[in-house]
Amino acid sequence: MNVNVAKPEQLTPAEQGLSVVDCDIHPAMKSVDELFPFLARRWQDHLKTYGSHVRQGLSDALAHPRMTPDVARVDAWPDDGSTPGSDPEFMRKHHLDANGVEFGILIPLGRNGGNQRNLDYGAALCSAINDWQIAKWCEFDKRLRGSITVTQEDPATAVAEIDKRAADKRFVQVLMPPRTIEPLGRRRYWPIYEAAVANKLPIGLHVGGVGGHASTGSGMPSYYIEEHTSNVQTMQALITSMVIEGVFEQFPDLQIVLIEGGFAWEPALSWRLDKHWERFKGEVPHLKREPSEYMREHFRFTTQPIDEPDNPRDMRHIIDWVGVDRLMFSTDYPHWDFDDPRYALNNAGLSVAEKQKIMSGNAKAFYGLQ
Amino acid sequence: MSKEAIVNKTSAGPAPGKGLFGGEAIDCDVHITVPSMNVLIPYLDDYWREAAVTRGLDRHKMNITGQPANAPIFARPDWRPERGEPGTDLATLQSQALDAFGTRFAIANCMYGAQALHHEDMAAALCGAVNEWVAREWLDREPRLRASIVIPLQNPQLSVQEIEKRAADKRFVQVLMPAMGEMTLGRRYYWPIYEAAERHELPVGIHAGSSYRYAPTSAGWGSYAFEDYAAQASAFENQMLSLVAEGVFAKYPGIKFVFMESGFAWLPPFLWRANKTWRGVRAETPWVKRPPAEIIREHVRVTLQPVDAPLDREHLDRVIEQIGSDEMLLFSTDFPHWHFDGLNALPDTLPPTLTKKILLENPLATYSRLREPGQPKETRQ
Repeated sequence: MNVNVAKPEQLTPAEQGLSVVDCDIHPAMKSVDELFPFLARRWQDHLKTYGSHVRQGLSDALAHPRMTPDVARVDAWPDDGSTPGSDPEFMRKHHLDANGVEFGILIPLGRNGGNQRNLDYGAALCSAINDWQIAKWCEFDKRLRGSITVTQEDPATAVAEIDKRAADKRFVQVLMPPRTIEPLGRRRYWPIYEAAVANKLPIGLHVGGVGGHASTGSGMPSYYIEEHTSNVQTMQALITSMVIEGVFEQFPDLQIVLIEGGFAWEPALSWRLDKHWERFKGEVPHLKREPSEYMREHFRFTTQPIDEPDNPRDMRHIIDWVGVDRLMFSTDYPHWDFDDPRYALNNAGLSVAEKQKIMSGNAKAFYGLQ
Repeated sequence: MSKEAIVNKTSAGPAPGKGLFGGEAIDCDVHITVPSMNVLIPYLDDYWREAAVTRGLDRHKMNITGQPANAPIFARPDWRPERGEPGTDLATLQSQALDAFGTRFAIANCMYGAQALHHEDMAAALCGAVNEWVAREWLDREPRLRASIVIPLQNPQLSVQEIEKRAADKRFVQVLMPAMGEMTLGRRYYWPIYEAAERHELPVGIHAGSSYRYAPTSAGWGSYAFEDYAAQASAFENQMLSLVAEGVFAKYPGIKFVFMESGFAWLPPFLWRANKTWRGVRAETPWVKRPPAEIIREHVRVTLQPVDAPLDREHLDRVIEQIGSDEMLLFSTDFPHWHFDGLNALPDTLPPTLTKKILLENPLATYSRLREPGQPKETRQ
């Protein structure tokens, strides 16, 4: 299946004189065999025999089934029918070249070792996926950069993996899921932050994860529309946790990128935390500054799925409140809710210079892409 | 009352005998607190009266984990009674909330720990006793006071029984639920409650709080009460979307939900996101025929305090405009919780055209029972 859904009515970024850095590209495997060169025989056998053992009811599918196969755009299937995002040649032609992507950051989601209850298996998967990113993707196209996947529930192993990978400058961040066993501000995760700071790497948090908690404080919702939206609340919860626990008092150089959670909610959350901090100061005396200050200094956001206010003018207000410098463009290729760089920021009332910052300048400076 | 008059009154203090708003306001969220189970024992039946004593239940106040009663946010210093915990004294409520603000009616929400119990029948007995205690000890003594029906949400059938029992007393003006319980609130499991609420023209009030069946957020259990309090806004979003997605408003078109004590600044980005996601995946819930924001603006109301938007006019005007409806906000002080000082419950930076709606018109439109003549004593059971 290869259908052209979007017609190129709008000028491409290149035609507008803009370069693009895509901070959220999902590389996939045609088959799990791709990992085997990087997995010890013991873990290959384990994978074939036991497979994923996770904190949810289905081991091979999502319990909120999506609306399209593989969560993908209908036009992102390679001609041979292999999984969207799994064919480097096709991705290059269909996305990197077509959309003028100058740099793309890989966010591998499949076979995520961080979700595994068997920590040793999880660590083996993380390490294999890190090797696989370099071998299959970064070697194939010099524009692509990797994310170090880690077993966040076993921080010592995660730290070792970060230390092992950091010398390869093609890795630009440490990648973890926002949904973890405990909120990410809790101290069990602090060794990971220490290692990230020591290696001058930011932490990328891409929506998802299987921490064993319900998607809402009242249990699991029934529908995908609810589940999809609940990712936004997870982002708010982890900001709340990291700020209030004092992570940034401990690690003033730590930088966090929230990936695929949107950003329009950020001002309201910062107002809310500031307001209630006034009354809760006595409970959290370790906080020295307003919560919004920690947020402003330590959290950045990728843009997709771009928020869509009823009145486009409000997009401008939201961007002003968040700050142009904290936003980094992303597409989520090849997923169904892909943001097209031709359209995503057109209604925000941005100047060319501001648009250039969000489309590429901020990410280049932040990740040191060159 | 004009905007200027309100501002002047704010600075000049209340007019004698009339309070700040001179009866032109309805306070949609004040709290009364069960001081100890002893006050409920007279309203329990023989079995539960004996059980309360022999099992030592009466030694517990049934405090809710997320609301430490003496934490500053839940106990405004000048709103504390001379003795006992905030919210336990009628005279303080009368002078500090009703007289001072000049409210025509105030809706009392009793957040009681019975809703966290696992024993459904015990929860039902205690909720019933709370409602009876509220009627006898509060509503009978203060004609300006109205109340929400506390229900054992653990069991919808028992909840409906309690609603049926109280519905004839028109001083009970809504059904009360905590924002976080055992299931998302749109699920069909709860529909008998909504059927009863709609039939009796009782809005369903969803108040900040949790029975802690699940971690307050999908990220797990945080460390601090501050985090739990901040998370209430997300819980509200989850429940609003659940009610829409499950089709509650298609099934019960006359029903209204009032979300209490969690501000409103989070509404615009939530409504935008709900609409955007619905546009992408609406085939999943074909009974949702309109954008979620449209449905929410029609059926959902939120109480004012704690105001969680910046109070400067530029921000507040923008947020109000983004909400996209002048009918959603209902005045509240959240007495005796501490979100503002003096009588500054209504930010004087709110658009003047909105203040009258917030203070009186919107509450009257929401609570049909407040439009009827009060029936304080006649309806006693």
